[in-house]
Amino acid sequence: MKKLMIGNEAVARGIYEAGVKVVSSYPGTPSTEITEFSAKYDEIHCEWAPNEKVAMEAAFGASLAGVRSACTMKHVGLNVAADPLFTLSYTGVNGGLLVCVADDPGMHSSQNEQDSRHYAIAAKVPMLEPADSSESLAFAKAAFELSEQFDTPVILRMCTRIAHSQSIVETGERNDIPRAEYKKNPAKNIMMPAYAKLRHPFVEERTAKLAAFAEDCPFNKVEMNDTQIGIITSGTCYQYVKEVFGDSVSVLKIGLINPLPTKLIKDFAAKVDRLVVIEELDGIIETHCRNIGIECDGKNLFPPVGEYSQKIIAAAFGIEKEQSFTAETAIPVRPPVMCAGCPHRGLFYTLSKNKVTVMGDIGCYTLGAQKPLDALDAVLCMGASVSGLHGFNKALGDEKMKTCAVIGDSTFMHSGITGLVNIAYNNSHSLVIILDNSITGMTGHQHNPTTGYNIKGDPASKIDLETLCHAVGINRVRVVDPYNLKECDAAIKEELAAEEPSVIISRRPCVLLKSVKAKPAVTVNKDKCRTCKMCMKIGCPAISITDGKAHIDATLCVGCGVCTQLCAFDAIE
Amino acid sequence: MNTTSIMIVGVGGQGSLLASRLLGNLLVNEGYDVKVSEVHGMSQRGGSVVTYVRFGDKVNSPIIEDGEADFILSFEKLEAARWAKCLKKDGKIIVNTQEIDPMPVITGAAEYPHGILDEIASQGAFIDGLDALSLANEAGSSKAVNIVLMGRLVKYFHIEYEKWIEQIESLVAPKFIELNKKAFALGYNA
Repeated sequence: MKKLMIGNEAVARGIYEAGVKVVSSYPGTPSTEITEFSAKYDEIHCEWAPNEKVAMEAAFGASLAGVRSACTMKHVGLNVAADPLFTLSYTGVNGGLLVCVADDPGMHSSQNEQDSRHYAIAAKVPMLEPADSSESLAFAKAAFELSEQFDTPVILRMCTRIAHSQSIVETGERNDIPRAEYKKNPAKNIMMPAYAKLRHPFVEERTAKLAAFAEDCPFNKVEMNDTQIGIITSGTCYQYVKEVFGDSVSVLKIGLINPLPTKLIKDFAAKVDRLVVIEELDGIIETHCRNIGIECDGKNLFPPVGEYSQKIIAAAFGIEKEQSFTAETAIPVRPPVMCAGCPHRGLFYTLSKNKVTVMGDIGCYTLGAQKPLDALDAVLCMGASVSGLHGFNKALGDEKMKTCAVIGDSTFMHSGITGLVNIAYNNSHSLVIILDNSITGMTGHQHNPTTGYNIKGDPASKIDLETLCHAVGINRVRVVDPYNLKECDAAIKEELAAEEPSVIISRRPCVLLKSVKAKPAVTVNKDKCRTCKMCMKIGCPAISITDGKAHIDATLCVGCGVCTQLCAFDAIE
Repeated sequence: MNTTSIMIVGVGGQGSLLASRLLGNLLVNEGYDVKVSEVHGMSQRGGSVVTYVRFGDKVNSPIIEDGEADFILSFEKLEAARWAKCLKKDGKIIVNTQEIDPMPVITGAAEYPHGILDEIASQGAFIDGLDALSLANEAGSSKAVNIVLMGRLVKYFHIEYEKWIEQIESLVAPKFIELNKKAFALGYNA
């Protein structure tokens, strides 16, 4: 059946058709939908794990037990899961194992722009890269064959543009594969030095076999046309090349990114007058070409930063696109904002008002860094707010400075707990604020161990955050409602003054949850409003100054009442 | 046939996803090669959002750039001006004339350029503006702005009206079908 699918849905379909039984993942843009779509198939056990390392280890266990398994993550998630990945390369698999990682060139929704291809090379595992949804399905499916044939995990590399673009896919049937027998095999599965030493040569032999396979595999394709220009490319860049040149240049499209072919590239290079490598981010294919003695253009023409497009590629060949209509009047930017009624707003306003130095973390609440809230000082990676705060406070020693960490409920479960353990164990007088909005917000409302529901929406064991914080050794744990500014202010002042570690749980569900019912919108009494603009300090998209007075957009306002508490003239009713 | 390129632009949360699904699915049924590209994630939180829809015999790139769009369907006035550079010289802008203030305007750091569409039009751009919010309210919900605008856009396509209605019926929850059919008709006939 022909159907439009985003790349991520197509990967899920490939996983389904390959007969996969277990998928374990942590959500992360642009990878999240793979697992969400996989969860729609009842034949697959799907789950949100607390983090990517746990997810990959769950997939390892499932593979060891003899079924096909997968885990998915965004590029930075693979950093978290790098530990199991590098040794999974040694153990290999029993049932086929797919690691799907989604890069984010252009950083649409990420804190860095790292190139995951380096991981495939470093961990010595094969990596496939599709160029549209149809290939996303086909490559995901083929990854399991490859995994079992070569006894290795296989990485499928997606990128935002492939993951979130819909194109036509032809679906097939599920291939139900019986579980392979599990046999105890210490030399293969117990990676202690004596056995690992024997496995490393196996990994090197496997890489050599895969390199031979790469010369003649169905994933790499040569399209010979005019031979003045020959382009080596992969993934989404292939589409841009075809958009610019159609069939007027010769193309070597690489689908198996690691290991790269040698003879295939040499033969292609010999047939063309000028060789150009076009790849987003780092020059991995280009470096390989040089290593095998092939001269080419590449990063001398194209940047190592940002997302490519047909325009960038055309420009590098001197083809300029016609500009059409451009206003001379300045067009104000429209950055993303915290939603009207977002429970994080009241808390960030209070932190900003108290001039607290705030270690931020990854999630919707990273938007608290923007003006006018301007509430964050640093954001590094998942969990770093908590562990970073500890180091910051240790560096300060006896110097007095108001500091805290803010971290969402899901991020706290992901990698905030270990940081909190460190705060308690190595005793810093740190304040950690858990922004518990009862869901994983940024990635589009995924359940997590604190919500009480699993990926299918069925009731599940629910972590009690208060008990957990007490258990790791925090004595001062209190809960506030971030819609109540007085309560937040008092709690923050008291806990900052405490001579021991403390946790505030700022608890209020995400306003976008269907279960959250909006209150009637508040309105401004124009007679009372003195245009003091206090209500503008919270950066609520529903509030503006219209005709010289504060105005509240009734279609956006959910009646959270935070602005009402700020108005000294009781003008907001 | 050559590839036709449509940009759907607006403000995160305005419902452009449904509009692009409606368009994409119908075009596939009509036998075209189709690519639809959207970006999920942080930009969705009230930021400027763009969806690309391209169809034809064979579509390569999923994205649309300067001077390449046959149509820009804008859910908001300022966003139409922001992306007008992507319009072909003979392309068409269909725009909801509603104004939604971006944060720099809300905070007073910038002013909303109310006359921006006139400026674009004076350069020779074809602009079809309509008050889709009022029409959506007339249909029964301010959330139907997306379907009103879709109704307006497809007037320019050579695809039978009934086929669009069938798509709406297959994509929308049963209790909202009548509302959306009304919204579509209001946009189509506006």
